[in-house]
Amino acid sequence: MILKKPKGIDIMQRGLEQSMNAIRPPKTRLLYKMWQHKVFYLMLLPCLVWYIIFKYVPMYGVVIAFKDYNLVEGVLKSPWADPWYTHFKYFFNSPYFSQLLTNTLLISLYKLIFGIVPPIILAILFFECRIVWVKRWVQTISYMPHFLSYVIIYGIAIALLSESSGLFNRWIVEGGGQAIPFLNSESWFRSVLVTTDIWKDMGWGAIIYLATMSGIDPTLYEASRVDGASRLRCIWHITLPGIRNVFILLLILRLGGILDAGFDQIFIFYNVRVLPVADIIDTWVYRTGVEQINFSLATAVGLFKSVIGFGLVLGSNQLAKRWGGGGIW
Amino acid sequence: MVKGTNDRFFNSIVYVLLAIVAVSCLFPILYVVSVSLTPYSELIKNGGFQVIPQKLTFDAYRSLLIERTLPKSMGVSVVITILGTALSLLLTLLGAYPLSRKNLPGRTPILLFIVFTMLFSGGLIPTYLVVKDLGLTNTIWAMIVPNALATFNMLIMKTFFESLPEELFESARIDGAREFRILWKIAIPLSIPSLMTIGLFYMVAQWNTFFSAIIYITNRELHPLQVVVRNMLTMSQSTEMAAEAIMPTMTLQMAAVVIASLPIILVYPFIQKHLTKGMMIGAIKG
Repeated sequence: MILKKPKGIDIMQRGLEQSMNAIRPPKTRLLYKMWQHKVFYLMLLPCLVWYIIFKYVPMYGVVIAFKDYNLVEGVLKSPWADPWYTHFKYFFNSPYFSQLLTNTLLISLYKLIFGIVPPIILAILFFECRIVWVKRWVQTISYMPHFLSYVIIYGIAIALLSESSGLFNRWIVEGGGQAIPFLNSESWFRSVLVTTDIWKDMGWGAIIYLATMSGIDPTLYEASRVDGASRLRCIWHITLPGIRNVFILLLILRLGGILDAGFDQIFIFYNVRVLPVADIIDTWVYRTGVEQINFSLATAVGLFKSVIGFGLVLGSNQLAKRWGGGGIW
Repeated sequence: MVKGTNDRFFNSIVYVLLAIVAVSCLFPILYVVSVSLTPYSELIKNGGFQVIPQKLTFDAYRSLLIERTLPKSMGVSVVITILGTALSLLLTLLGAYPLSRKNLPGRTPILLFIVFTMLFSGGLIPTYLVVKDLGLTNTIWAMIVPNALATFNMLIMKTFFESLPEELFESARIDGAREFRILWKIAIPLSIPSLMTIGLFYMVAQWNTFFSAIIYITNRELHPLQVVVRNMLTMSQSTEMAAEAIMPTMTLQMAAVVIASLPIILVYPFIQKHLTKGMMIGAIKG
């Protein structure tokens, strides 16, 4: 049972607080309030310590992008690079620069362009589905791939697409065609990335659209049905305009993350044969930093990406505020 | 409402498309399972894998589980999943509850401090150096602590706590309950669906741990399941020349894939009904 505070006490308490506040100078008032909330700060402490250690110390750690890092002297004592932009200059002048940027942007854009419509169509299908159990079952099934790791999805891709024993290639060969090395050929690799990405997240992406659709005023549909509109027309004139804002918001937010082409997926899927079309900034940073222990160069490239990404997110949030009916902050 | 032929036609198209979606999501998974169960004799007879094998065998699973590598990595995965989910939930709750108190002095700056980390990060290498300097590399903690908190999940939880009626907390306070007790006895029991959802997110993320392991762990004994399975998958991709040799390898690989995805597939049905509910809490605020 919820106990309601008697009104009288409330008024008395407020009166007391007000008179206390009147006699207390403003600064002590804040300190007093903070002291009253000390338990909450105690609760927050582990979290804040975690953020400082694993988020803010690395942010300071980016100084090694401007230093010649060596393992013996560590982050603080390593000498400054001369000139300070050495590593950046090296990266911008290297042949990797254009290749990495092209691959990152292309893979991201393909995922964006081909991946943004399927969740909407699926959400419309769920929304139009009149049999509840069918809807629920298909929803459950279509959300599931989202929870599988890319290692497992790579396993599935091998089962279906491998050149010698994949199911699709067997069908192609039995149909009299030539087996296609989907996973090892430069011309197919990006398509495989995009398709598996859509397969993984289509159902999951439909959730937000479906939620928006169920927020649309049902009288709109009733009225247009009475006026003789077909279901298709209802979708076109009511459902799609209803999700317009969410669509624009999501689109702009994805544009903000355009430099994230999907590190996990590409790292797990790629191999030497597809490197020219598959290598993105993140995978290159990993190889240069962790494998070749060239920390300063890898950090410089990572910083380049973080800064551009930060700018893109801020810019896209401004755009969202203007066109998407409000940004995220 | 009158149901015309047009309407019936429209409905049937919707159902056909939904069926296609369901099949395209399920078929690859079922095919992987059936490959992992196909006996060698069946392969030779048909000249390849069938979608539905006539005979079934658990040989592949048996030989995987007899060897040391896979069971060991399963142990690592189970341990980091349990410890990691517990730690993540604890940190998330301890962060979300105070931040949901609207009159907490300094709430806005603290939130800014936290949200900023979603927008800008030091990147892979500086984080690696921090973990290394803390001496966490080559311990299971490297796979747990650096990714323990997901800011997004914490914000979802905070939004949920904010939606609980303030009177509940007030009355408990008047009855003399301390904040930790209020969190434990009132806030947590009321937020079971969201906690389950967020717990599932954390659990799945932990079970699927791949990167932290690749980056921080060089000791093979500590590699989690995903890393071991990925090594199995890539090993034969490079030796794909010998077609006859790969057939049984493929069975083994797919058995490993099934083992690696089994916990998720088993847990998922029990928890999925909370899923959309939990998701929507975060979506309300956007």
